[in-house]
Amino acid sequence: MALKIVKGSIDRMFDKNLQDLVRGIRNHKEDEAKYISTCIDEIKQELKQDNIAVKANAVCKLTYLQMLGYDVSWAAFNIVEVMSSSKFTYKRIGYLAASQCFHESTDVIMLTTNQIRKDLSSPNQYDTGVALTGLSCFVTPDLARDLANDIMTLMSHTKPYIRKKAVLIMYKVFLKYPESLRPAFPRLKEKLEDPDPGVQSAAVNVICELARRNPKNYLSLAPLFFKLMTSSTNNWVLIKIIKLFGALTPLEPRLGKKLIEPLTNLIHSTSAMSLLYECVNTVIAVLISLSSGMPNHSASIQLCVQKLRILIEDSDQNLKYLGLLAMSKILKTHPKSVQSHKDLILQCLDDKDESIRLRALDLLYGMVSKKNLMEIVKKLMLHVDKAEGTTYRDELLTKIIDICSQSNYQYITNFEWYISILVELTRLEGTRHGHLIASQMLDVAIRVKAIRAFAVAQMATLLDNAHLLTGNMQRNGICEVLYAAAWICGEFSEHLENPMQTLEAMLRPKVATLPGHIQAVYVQNAAKLFATVLKSQEGNTDSTAAQETSQLMIDRLPLFVQSANLEVQERASCILQLVKYIQKLQQKDVEIAEEVNALFAGELNPVAPKAQKKVPVPEGLDLDAWINEPPSESESEDEQPKAIFAKEEPKHSRPRHTEVDEKELARRREARKQEQANNPFYIKASPSSQKVYQDTPGVEHIPVVQIDLSVPLKVPGLPMSDQYVKLEEERRQKERAEKKKKEKKKRKEKRSGRGKKHDSGPESEEDITPAHQVDIVTEEMPENALPSDDDDKDPNDPHKALDIDLDNLVEAAGRRPLADSEKLPVRSHRETPKSPAEDGDTENAALQEPKKKSTKEKREKKKDKDRDRKKSKEEKKKKKHKHEEKEEDLLGGQADAPVVQSEETSEVVAPPTSTNPEEATTVAEAEAAPPPEAASGTAPDSEPDQPQDADTEEAKSSKHKKKKQKKEKEEKEKKKKKKHHHHHHHSDGGGEESVQNGTVEEEEPLPPMSNYCLLAENSYIKMVYDIQGNLQDGSQVVVSVIFENKGDSFLKSMEFNVLDSLNSKLQRPDGSGPHDGLTVPFQLPPGVSNEARFVFTVQSIIMPQKLKGTLTFIVKNEDSSTHEKLDFKLHFTCTSYLITTPCYSDAFAKLLESGDLKGSSVRLEGVNMPFHHLLARICFHHHFSVVERIDSCASMYSRSIQGHHVCLLVKTSGQTVSIDAKCDEPTLLGNVLDEIKQTFSQC
Amino acid sequence: MIKAILIFNNHGKPRLIRFYQYFAEDMQQQIIRETFHLVSKRDDNVCNFLEGGSLIGGSDYKLIYRHYATLYFVFCVDSSESELGILDLIQVTFSLLQVFVETLDKCFENVCELDLIFHMDKVHYILQEVVMGGMVLETNMNEIVAQVEVQKPHGEGGLSAAPARAVSAVKNMNLPEIPRNINIGDINIKVPSLSPF
Repeated sequence: MALKIVKGSIDRMFDKNLQDLVRGIRNHKEDEAKYISTCIDEIKQELKQDNIAVKANAVCKLTYLQMLGYDVSWAAFNIVEVMSSSKFTYKRIGYLAASQCFHESTDVIMLTTNQIRKDLSSPNQYDTGVALTGLSCFVTPDLARDLANDIMTLMSHTKPYIRKKAVLIMYKVFLKYPESLRPAFPRLKEKLEDPDPGVQSAAVNVICELARRNPKNYLSLAPLFFKLMTSSTNNWVLIKIIKLFGALTPLEPRLGKKLIEPLTNLIHSTSAMSLLYECVNTVIAVLISLSSGMPNHSASIQLCVQKLRILIEDSDQNLKYLGLLAMSKILKTHPKSVQSHKDLILQCLDDKDESIRLRALDLLYGMVSKKNLMEIVKKLMLHVDKAEGTTYRDELLTKIIDICSQSNYQYITNFEWYISILVELTRLEGTRHGHLIASQMLDVAIRVKAIRAFAVAQMATLLDNAHLLTGNMQRNGICEVLYAAAWICGEFSEHLENPMQTLEAMLRPKVATLPGHIQAVYVQNAAKLFATVLKSQEGNTDSTAAQETSQLMIDRLPLFVQSANLEVQERASCILQLVKYIQKLQQKDVEIAEEVNALFAGELNPVAPKAQKKVPVPEGLDLDAWINEPPSESESEDEQPKAIFAKEEPKHSRPRHTEVDEKELARRREARKQEQANNPFYIKASPSSQKVYQDTPGVEHIPVVQIDLSVPLKVPGLPMSDQYVKLEEERRQKERAEKKKKEKKKRKEKRSGRGKKHDSGPESEEDITPAHQVDIVTEEMPENALPSDDDDKDPNDPHKALDIDLDNLVEAAGRRPLADSEKLPVRSHRETPKSPAEDGDTENAALQEPKKKSTKEKREKKKDKDRDRKKSKEEKKKKKHKHEEKEEDLLGGQADAPVVQSEETSEVVAPPTSTNPEEATTVAEAEAAPPPEAASGTAPDSEPDQPQDADTEEAKSSKHKKKKQKKEKEEKEKKKKKKHHHHHHHSDGGGEESVQNGTVEEEEPLPPMSNYCLLAENSYIKMVYDIQGNLQDGSQVVVSVIFENKGDSFLKSMEFNVLDSLNSKLQRPDGSGPHDGLTVPFQLPPGVSNEARFVFTVQSIIMPQKLKGTLTFIVKNEDSSTHEKLDFKLHFTCTSYLITTPCYSDAFAKLLESGDLKGSSVRLEGVNMPFHHLLARICFHHHFSVVERIDSCASMYSRSIQGHHVCLLVKTSGQTVSIDAKCDEPTLLGNVLDEIKQTFSQC
Repeated sequence: MIKAILIFNNHGKPRLIRFYQYFAEDMQQQIIRETFHLVSKRDDNVCNFLEGGSLIGGSDYKLIYRHYATLYFVFCVDSSESELGILDLIQVTFSLLQVFVETLDKCFENVCELDLIFHMDKVHYILQEVVMGGMVLETNMNEIVAQVEVQKPHGEGGLSAAPARAVSAVKNMNLPEIPRNINIGDINIKVPSLSPF
């Protein structure tokens, strides 16, 4: 033995450890890869050895290599081996390696389930800790499902170290296995008030993560968080909570009002910048959520802006950055308060730090006005010239366009200036945003009719100088601009001064190097131009000019006919043929221009982006129906090239930046008309663009001429847009002067008694009139377009999938009683279906008496819910009372309802879960399937979303409708009752629920059911239990017992013992005698309950039986401790040997046909409940699943742990229910039927 | 949520990588390179937040980093984390990065890059006590240090380990380069004492 160890360690001597490996790599800088590959070979050898220490060392080295980018997934199995080492140091290495390189598609991960489960339940808290840490990194849906129960149990571990880890990891479990959220939520909520700050912080963390995705489901927690916020001193927790409130306030404005005060106090008092910043952020969120018409909040805004200004002015770049970030949030709702800090923000534009400049750019967006737009853009253009990095430059470019085009070009007074800016922007090399500029050009040219002549001139220049743009064509995004230029020149060719020149420019051979979709536009628009040229030339006496033009087309087009791009080729050959035909006609001296022009006649109107969607579907048209038979698979391949076309085209031809809401647009137009009507300077009607020039003062005229002559791309000096700034300034001054004159006149007129209504207030933005009247064409919408605007949601929202998941779950967990369809799935988590409440009813009735009374008392004091809650919690000081009242105000009664409801859920849904892991998974698996089936059979209204929504709505409306509240109050009261109990014991026994069942039944589709029934009770302790079969082991059943400390003393050293019978034995750990008791693995502080599980082996399962047992425990008071004992009888029903197993109807039919089964039947009289309730009860209490249900007849199936099939045919007529049953074991069947009968006799 | 924690040196050599979302190894290396590229070209006196790492996450994610002597500590976080919470500027309170670095400092006694190089596993174990699965586990430094200390292997293996230790000592002596003897004066990562705000 000793020799072996020595030998082992001698072997180890020459192994490299991690340090050696690192050192080696550092010493082999020049041939690192080679060195590492030899190391990997060594590691492979080491992994083959049996010595776990060697393996662990090897795995440790692999982890290092993984960091360097080497794939070590080949060693996954060895990692699992090391993980399962019993020694902590090795285990830790294994888990570390696993957390670094395991992921969902690692196949060996399946092998780890049991190992992890073992580690989770290890007596050593660090084993558990390391397993939790590791699991948090590689948890898969399967692992999450299988281990959810074990982790949930750990949330109540005695060690805070484990508790906090267990709480944190639950978030990962929720993500992977959303079904676990509901059962786990109540316990998670409990942890918010954990005595250990670390656990508390973890719980806050998890709930904040959850709520961030889906805040509305967590509104009910607001009072609790409010309390935490005012009491916690942990900044980390505070920040999280404050962030959470920021997400909640938009949903509940009243919460915001309550928040402002404490938050403002925090802002004033805290010294931590992080906290201050988050407070400011949340206050902003609150203010956004509140309607702006609240004058008393302007102080808060001022405070925020002030504090942010301090941040921005700080020398610390981080604070500056965050200050700007927060400022941009205020900007959205309170632009005025931000605008006063324009100086500061413009200053930040010059900051050397790019992040800060970007943030400042965001802010600029909200600061522009008609007055300063040109100035700001000019400044930005300077930045564009200076910017080095393309990312920042591109960002600038998009910002310029955003700023100018915002709210439908609201701030642009001079579109010539804007077009020049766009043209200037095309000088940017290597920008990604060519298409953005292009779409702006198109948009402006199409929608602003007056600018077309100018735009066309500019575009023609662009086309002429296309070679400048297309320097290095392929990578250059800017050539997209030519797409717009070509289209504009073609479409509005009547404005071209020299169409022939442009036509030639468009047919240059170099064009063939442009991207296909641009060439296509070139070709098409060359044809349009050709038509225009023809028209002008035909009027002349000399017909040769026209013929020459045709010849030009015929000469140049073949180049495009040869294009590899199908679209180009097709268009080019079409047009070529057309031109050839025209040429023929021309040779015969036929006047053709009119007809050619007719080809392109008609105006193109802009179409709203959503127009297509809004076309109503004509009646009788079914879009989903096949017109032809579905195509065979092979055809799909042929279709691919078509898709390419479709992709290229619409992207550019559709104007961007037209997302303005239609109504808004109409409103603005109306406003503008109004304004124009009142403005004597406006030139009314729709003048042609030329007219406009004549009408405006002479100064205006000059730049236009200049620009037509100058080629902007070639002018290196003063950028032309600058001229506009100057000119605009002059124009405005002049206007102002004129206006004053006129106003004087007007005043005179007024005095003379004309009485014209015209306000002449101080010069405001509105007074700045656009240089030319621009007729911004509205986009077209189809006739009778559907008004509903439901297309705001972004389908690509990354969190959407998750939102939906959690939505369904949390809502159910937190806000409403469960529908019957939802109750069933829960069983798969807690694997301990609840007992018929009725089971323990008779026994319990007496014991429940005092409690009932207390609840009745409470019912009288309905209104004072607050006190109720406190009573249930037993002790509260006056201060706290105030607190709670505050909370109550906070959300009013409305918030209370959800809270209470969630509490109720906690009882019904998730009593503390069990510790027996295998049980958990097997039953979970077994039961995963039946619920939906059962649901479909039993619950007609089981659609998960609908009722939930209704419920939330109800909750909302309840605050308004007090009458309604009365009804609800009753309901609430009941829940309150449950809640009250809840504080005493985690999960309730059937007794109390049975009390409620009677009352609740009328309102709820299905009463809550529990299989837990009373085991024994005295003044110290109460035990309820439930028995479940174990599918994997046909001879085992698991008894889950919930121990509840009823007194106010501490219970410890609990020992659970059962007198074994020949048939059934309690499983005791190895080495203990047949009469030893089992220690219950926890202690119970006053008012606490916990669950333990005990495994029994049974031989025969066909008969029910009872086992006697005793629980001994020590009651510890402050001064004394006594030894107490409680006897009980465990009742093993035959039902408890049945396991819910899904069965398909065909399999079921086969089973019945086989003839191996023996029949029996039973009749139940006076059953007064809906059929689906009846089925649900059988499913729930007796572990059956519905195979098929037809009207008032249903077939059901279950299987015993030893594989007996039990089939039922349940029929109902009136109050009589007949059950025909078949089973391969008649005794078992008889007993099961007796038990079913008993269940129903009790209700 | 924290999506990734990366530590690399001035040359972009990774010293610790911890992804809380799965990326294949080559992708991980690419992310490190990209992050290094983004971070290293920034001056020391600009802000510590960065947007636009295209490989990890989208616009919701930020890189928050600190540059200590030869090492960059980079956290990639989403908007649920407080920027300043991760990187608080005032020592009076706390900050995740600060906590992490100070804990390293305590556990290694004046931590320097070499400590991280040779004890990557230990750094991981320390990190595990601070952040778990992308969420902050503990911000109380004393608690973290205590937990790390408890879990330190003490004299493991007894008989079998003793010779290994001896051999390791011998190996160290024979090596041409003994890392402890290198002049490491300037690579001490002392947590800078920041002026209170």
